Amino acid sequence: MDVYSLAIQFLNGVQYGLLLFLVASGLTLIFGIMGIINLAHGSFYMIGAYMAFSLSSLTGSLLIAIVLGIVLSVLLGVFLEWALFSHLYKRDHLEQVLLTYGLILVFEELRSLIVGNDVHGVAVPDIFNWSIPLTATLSYPVYRLLMSAVCIVLAGLLYLLIAKTRLGMMIRAGASNREMVQSLGLNINLVYRLVFALGVALAAFAGMLGAPVSSVYPGMGTGVLIICFVVVVIGGIGSVWGALVAALLIGLADTFGKVLIPEAAGVTVYLLMAAILLWRPEGLFRRV
Amino acid sequence: MKQIQQCSACGGIRRRVLGVLAASVVATAGVMLAVAPAQAQQGKLKVGLMLPYTGTYAALGNSITNAFKLAIEENGGKVGGRDIEYFTVDDESDPAKAPENANRLIKRDNVDVLVGTVHSGVALAMAKVARDNNTLLIIPNAGADDITGPLCALNIFRTSFSNSQMGVAMGKVMAEQKKKTAVTFTWDYAAGKESTGGFKEAFEAAGGKVVKELYLPFPQVEFQSYLTEIAALKPDVVYVFFAGGGAVKFVKDYAAAGLNKTVPLVGAGFLTDGTLEAQGESAQGLLTTLHYGDGLNNPKNNAFRAAYVKAYKNEPDVYAVQGYDAAQLLIVGMNAVKGDTSKRAELVKAMEAAKLDSPRGSMALSRSHNPIHDIYLRKVEGKENKVVGVAVKNLTDPPRGCKL
Repeated sequence: MDVYSLAIQFLNGVQYGLLLFLVASGLTLIFGIMGIINLAHGSFYMIGAYMAFSLSSLTGSLLIAIVLGIVLSVLLGVFLEWALFSHLYKRDHLEQVLLTYGLILVFEELRSLIVGNDVHGVAVPDIFNWSIPLTATLSYPVYRLLMSAVCIVLAGLLYLLIAKTRLGMMIRAGASNREMVQSLGLNINLVYRLVFALGVALAAFAGMLGAPVSSVYPGMGTGVLIICFVVVVIGGIGSVWGALVAALLIGLADTFGKVLIPEAAGVTVYLLMAAILLWRPEGLFRRV
Repeated sequence: MKQIQQCSACGGIRRRVLGVLAASVVATAGVMLAVAPAQAQQGKLKVGLMLPYTGTYAALGNSITNAFKLAIEENGGKVGGRDIEYFTVDDESDPAKAPENANRLIKRDNVDVLVGTVHSGVALAMAKVARDNNTLLIIPNAGADDITGPLCALNIFRTSFSNSQMGVAMGKVMAEQKKKTAVTFTWDYAAGKESTGGFKEAFEAAGGKVVKELYLPFPQVEFQSYLTEIAALKPDVVYVFFAGGGAVKFVKDYAAAGLNKTVPLVGAGFLTDGTLEAQGESAQGLLTTLHYGDGLNNPKNNAFRAAYVKAYKNEPDVYAVQGYDAAQLLIVGMNAVKGDTSKRAELVKAMEAAKLDSPRGSMALSRSHNPIHDIYLRKVEGKENKVVGVAVKNLTDPPRGCKL
């Protein structure tokens, strides 16, 4: 393999890694910072993708669909936190697993009832629907590059939110000691509701942004769920930067695994996880 | 019950009562067993439909069921002079539940013939149960080569296709089009490997060379690194096997990478069947091979399509054709023995010799009970897979380990 295609494979790896980060970022908030094992995270991603499909066919524009979709997913997040998750903070992880696994089944069935089981495509908006030629035979779709750019911006914003703002301070404080924060007169319930809604919105946004590239199909949520947990665990639970670095590592490991050792392509990611956890059992980065 | 339990002296009585009950149950069962075969001959023919009615393959299961029943209705609702009673089980496309489901139909419902299914893993389990019980099994979709290969049996028939057939047909066509090098790409699982294996077999037999076989772990859909590799290899053609959501994404990614302009993409028909709506512009002009297609103009197909639309208010697909032929095959066999299923040898012989007038064209069965049929070359035009020619006339599988 020549240097040129190696470079393109590197680009593929980074681009895939950034996409993984976008999906996993919501899980970093809900699982990493709030400490809730949320198996339904993949379902939020799936809901986002289906909203992109339904809303963009209704409104005729992916941009409008994404704006509407974000509003709807924030509302969904607030509702779920109020109705279900707020009762789980003090319970143990097994009960969270039960509830969120149940939610996966509920959302899949609702999806089947409302939209059906067909595979759907979402059109790439016309302004981004062109490619940059890299070699005589291969060109790179601009929309994929745009997605990467959006992922980088979001990573920066998330870092600023958690590390530099007052809200971020409250979130971190609440994560380490809920009761103490409450006794200081802060409304921790409201903070958690917001963080949960933000997590849901991020997952749904990832689904919406990725829909034109990944297409929309039943069971798409369960596929991303496992890899999201791998990202969060490798990165160090609760660390946004960790998740970003981990996602990039996984993207590169997966891409080069497929190219260099195709026989073991399915396990490279998990080998990487095992190696990192042996070396640093807490993941690459500790809590921000 | 409570009173008996309270009375400790009654133990003896209870045992005697139970003894009598047990004896009478055994006696009744004996009588029923003795009567059962005689009743079955005159009564309804029991058909077990074991197909997916929920999940990803639900639409396929429904298509097959609808068309099977349509063929029976067109035959006056009878086969071999006997009425039909259906026993329906949703197999959920779950291989783990397959032995239990198949056994339930065979042992509890006593079906005379088992029809199913879509998923190859489930069908392999069904084939095993059918062999063990010597139950007649007709497979209306699952393409696993093994079913009519090493696992073939006198009582197992298939009216759909085998996975390697589409690859073999396309391999031959590509060699005829003077392509020299090819790359194959599929998921790392049996159906995909059988399909690309068939392509390699036929393409290399005709002088071509498969320069690389790429496999992606199932059911991943991150194709970008493979596309980069294909671009670096610059083969004359790429043959793929993908279906459903993966097929939609692959075709779109292939076009987005600009590869469709330089390296032609071809595949098994499932690449563009039921997915054209979602693939849109990116699928236009793709060549695929399948045993059915749009615009197939023969009298049987026209009649079948009209009848299906009239009965079910939607257009039939390839799965419906396969279900329809499963019923046609059963009718041929049952007519030959006038509904007497105890004449198994004659029944099987008649089915083996059947020449079906299928909507796909004429269809016969190979020694291993797999279809011998024309594989069509199809081209995507708009939302249709237009038949543009016959890739291989009367394609017959090699025995592939079948000892019939």
